[in-house]
Amino acid sequence: MVTPPKKIEVAGLQVWYGRHEVLKNLSFDVYDHEILAIIGPAQSGKTTLLKVLNRTLDSAAGATLKGTVKIDGEDIMKVRSVFDLRRKVGMVSPLPVGLPMSIFDNVAFAPQQAGLTNRTELADRVERCLRQAALWDEVKDRLRTLGSKLSGGQQQRLTIARALSHQPEILCLDEFSIAIDPVTTMRIEEVLKQLRSQMTILLVTNLVQQAKRLADRTLFLLSGDLVEIDRTDVIFSDHPAQRKTYEYVNGIFG
Amino acid sequence: MGQRRWHNLSETLIEWVIRLCGISAIICVFGIFFFVFREGADLLFHRFDIVQFLFSQEWYPTSQSHIRYGVLALIAGTASVTVLAMLMAVPFGLGAAIFVSEFCGPKMKEALKITIELLAAIPSVVWGFIGLTVMNPLIITVFHAPIGLNVLNGGIILALMSVPIIVSIAEDALKAVPDSYREAGLALGATRWQLIYRVLLPAAKNGLLAAVLLGVGRAVGETMAVLMATGHAVKIPTSLLDSVRTLTATIAAELGEAPMHSDHYQVLFIIGILLFSLTFAVNLIADLIVKGIRNK
Repeated sequence: MVTPPKKIEVAGLQVWYGRHEVLKNLSFDVYDHEILAIIGPAQSGKTTLLKVLNRTLDSAAGATLKGTVKIDGEDIMKVRSVFDLRRKVGMVSPLPVGLPMSIFDNVAFAPQQAGLTNRTELADRVERCLRQAALWDEVKDRLRTLGSKLSGGQQQRLTIARALSHQPEILCLDEFSIAIDPVTTMRIEEVLKQLRSQMTILLVTNLVQQAKRLADRTLFLLSGDLVEIDRTDVIFSDHPAQRKTYEYVNGIFG
Repeated sequence: MGQRRWHNLSETLIEWVIRLCGISAIICVFGIFFFVFREGADLLFHRFDIVQFLFSQEWYPTSQSHIRYGVLALIAGTASVTVLAMLMAVPFGLGAAIFVSEFCGPKMKEALKITIELLAAIPSVVWGFIGLTVMNPLIITVFHAPIGLNVLNGGIILALMSVPIIVSIAEDALKAVPDSYREAGLALGATRWQLIYRVLLPAAKNGLLAAVLLGVGRAVGETMAVLMATGHAVKIPTSLLDSVRTLTATIAAELGEAPMHSDHYQVLFIIGILLFSLTFAVNLIADLIVKGIRNK
């Protein structure tokens, strides 16, 4: 079997909030163009792990970090521009945040800040991202209304469109389906499957079935410890390497 | 059963007390308006020349030969000092609020907030005193003005008085913007300034507008400091170095000397009504603006 190229390499990653260790010595790789699900009960450090990747952890008070994280072989702690790094990593947060601007501007914001000013190109980009997030048909006639006027599910798709707007190479989704209905969730899951051909996707989820449906590989995190990372069919089989993994995915604890 | 009835009764009682607290503000406003209006009503409805009042700049309330009550110059005085003060206080105040809320560390923040509150607590007569004894000679030396009590002096003093109010209200408004907005903005690769300009300021705009308005209200209504700092000359200013007199200062200075219920006395109350209407208009306009933004 040929090993696909590594997109993200995490080595000896430790994170503390104050004196509380939330990520304990994690080491794993993420391959290019795979969907990696990150599962685990609350307080496992899943969200923190994503915040490390786009370095929004920098602005969290009292957080300290050890170890290295490389994206495309480059240490993210030593990148020249943290803003370029953040554009490379799209982030979808658990609760939809419609920024206080129009639907169009919500999606155009990141490309504009990155220097895209041509109006037609911008409009094309916005349309493409809204289509990818399965939202275009619902909002195409009211792109100038406030993003925060949309319904919860629509706002969540708006955040996905926004995360795609700066053409990220890695897309991180943090429990994207908390605020939306099952039908919309399924639609977005379809979108994610298509997006895999264009980018690497990290999917933090509390729904183990969602991981099973979507992910190529699954990482199980428990109280900051990496319990197991393997192909999804192995994790969900009767015999994953760790007993705890079996218990968690089958709802015996957690 | 008895306990239950007592419970219901106390519930109703508490509801009424709270309701009373709620409408007390309305009662006070109408009460003040009523009494100010009553004092000026006799003149206002019988022998009052409203055109002269609003559009003449001749304020000679105690003239022996020809008494004239024109407040145009006083309106100009209030307007000039207020506008100048806001030109300085709004950018400074909002800038300081952004710094306190978004840029400085926790210790610095604490120190700044305490100092700013201290600044707000300085009595206005002390500000007037500073205008009189510090700003006055300073303006004379720097601008070679014949007198340092003028629009510039009053404007600076009023700006200094309004800044703490603007800062603390604006900082509250920025603090109320959820952190998820900041995170979302940062995750999109926005720089700090882009985040503030495109995300935080629009999200906090209602609170920021309220901050500016309270600053304007403070500047329009301030009496003692401007009385001492502006030179008290009835005149439409043509430069920043002209002395002026404001509506409020006129009331404060003349009410004590006007005979009770004389025309002069009543005109001063009509000026009070005018001030009342001015602040009401400012608030109303702001309210409409906020509603307009919200419904966009």
